[in-house]
Amino acid sequence: MKIRLDNVVKTFETFRAVHGVSLEIESGELVALLGPSGSGKTTILRMVAGLEYADAGHIYFGDEDATDIPVRDRGVGFVFQHYALFPHMTVAENIAFGMKVSKVRRDKTAIDARVTELLRLVQLEGLAERFPGQISGGQRQRVALARALAVDPKVLLLDEPFGALDANVRRDLRRWLREIHQELGITTLFVTHDQEEALDLADRVVILDKGQIVQQGTPEEVCRNPASAFVMNFLGDTNRFTAAVSDGVARLGEARIPAPGFDDGPVEIFLRPSDLGWSSSGAGIPATVARVIDRPAGRRILALTTTGEAVELDVAPETQVSAREQGIITIERARVYATG
Amino acid sequence: MNVPTRNRPPRVGDAPAFRRALIGIVLTFVAIVIIAPLAVIGYQAFSQGFAVYAAAISHPDTLHAIGLTVVTALIAVPINTAFGVAAAWAITKFDFWGRRFLLVVIEIPFSISPIVAGVAYLFVYGLQGLFGPALEQADVKILFALPGIVLASMFVTAPFVARELIPLMQAQGRDLEEAATSLGASGWRTFFSVTLPNIRWALLYGVVLCNARVMGEFGAVSVVSGNIRGQTNTLPLHIELLYHDYQTAGAFAAASILALLAVVTLIAKVLLERQGAGRARRRPALAAPVAAPKTASAEISS
Repeated sequence: MKIRLDNVVKTFETFRAVHGVSLEIESGELVALLGPSGSGKTTILRMVAGLEYADAGHIYFGDEDATDIPVRDRGVGFVFQHYALFPHMTVAENIAFGMKVSKVRRDKTAIDARVTELLRLVQLEGLAERFPGQISGGQRQRVALARALAVDPKVLLLDEPFGALDANVRRDLRRWLREIHQELGITTLFVTHDQEEALDLADRVVILDKGQIVQQGTPEEVCRNPASAFVMNFLGDTNRFTAAVSDGVARLGEARIPAPGFDDGPVEIFLRPSDLGWSSSGAGIPATVARVIDRPAGRRILALTTTGEAVELDVAPETQVSAREQGIITIERARVYATG
Repeated sequence: MNVPTRNRPPRVGDAPAFRRALIGIVLTFVAIVIIAPLAVIGYQAFSQGFAVYAAAISHPDTLHAIGLTVVTALIAVPINTAFGVAAAWAITKFDFWGRRFLLVVIEIPFSISPIVAGVAYLFVYGLQGLFGPALEQADVKILFALPGIVLASMFVTAPFVARELIPLMQAQGRDLEEAATSLGASGWRTFFSVTLPNIRWALLYGVVLCNARVMGEFGAVSVVSGNIRGQTNTLPLHIELLYHDYQTAGAFAAASILALLAVVTLIAKVLLERQGAGRARRRPALAAPVAAPKTASAEISS
């Protein structure tokens, strides 16, 4: 089902959490709401679910105005950050709960059959009689998903779905959620503050800051073409420089960075560690190596420019470099933003 | 395991002399302050033989006092339980203006002397009080009758259930209720299927404490009941009356009943606490393969 938010506003006491957000989610799409804490992403998710009411604006499910439909009747599957499994019910009872309380009457054999089917979907066949306290975090997460799916929701909403899990489990579950989404084709909206998670999982990423959408697009679009310094900064490690533009070219040390369309004057230049190289000569920024950090995929150099700025850059694992070495930071790619 | 224990240095605060002295002081204190009076009740109640004890218990006034106490508890405890659950629910699950104020107001009966409550009721419902004349005209008796006794008892025990539930429900948060509602459950269904099972031990504990206090309440009830023997005397009031009449054996016999009720309450409390410790519902099917002790703590934290 297609979801549309039209200029939605939410204010808590005096704090305006969501600032007129408009957003369209196509039927069957998997969309991530990505932003730092306090950016309003969870509030938006809760408004789509009906757990919070919008102060202004409308939320449409398909053509229907769902703004004032209570959560009970809205037909959404919500997976809570800490799963919110009922601790006094078994895994099977948790999954069956929505079907038992539904206004649509189902007989017991139908419910049991659906529970078995869902347990198979989330690969927890053997754990039906366990209690939530007796299974691992990743398993709880999958039970929560099965429980939300049991009521055949129009939309699946997940609040920081992998936030409470350790890194390996998180990666597996991510891949698995992607598969489930492909299998069921259900419109899915999830909230995360982890850019890697959003880029890894979503068809489209919506980046929020201070209650407003600052950019939305496919992972490729937002990665290759961040709309603002905030997005650039939020999506990954960056080095930030200020430089002056003259005649459409910014100068950073000996390097010349094209800045077409910028008026003469100060600009901000953002450089990702992987956009930089280390060389003994050439046009770039002269610097001294302060420290080298070795990582499985390569080496990260922490360098200090002659003007005293700290720079991080990634080089290939075989690069021979050590502390106190002097050299040149070469620039392969750079992004220029107006000073703001 | 023949590790020499003699020469090991004591742990902090565990020097033998200190240890013995502390345990000794505590045991002596318990014996003098708690055990001795209870023992005296038992001894005095039977001091003139079982026949006198039985006669004292089966005296119509005593039986009436027991009956009145039980009836009072049967009315006051359910009402206060319902109030406590409603108050705890409202305070922990809703945001509304005056929430913190309500939290403080609920505690007032804890900090106020019960006799103040009794006197206050006198001023509200008494003949010279606010509603006294109107009630008199309508021929409704509140003071010096069962309604007054129940009201005074309810005032004193109003916080018991709410105080047990609020910290627990606060810790549990609103996620479970929100999850149930998002799955399509109605408010009542959510309460009975999700909230209640998770607070039941705390609720029962609150009810037990509330009941003990209702049955034992003296101060507030003594002001509003008028101490009419065989009519408005609850068990605690009856005991005092007998004692002032120099009917020592009778007083102690009645007291033994109250003490017995207290002990039963205490045992119920201990049993409930033990139940509450193993919070997960146990099923024979899962006793074997799963490590049971882990579940209780994991469940609370999750």
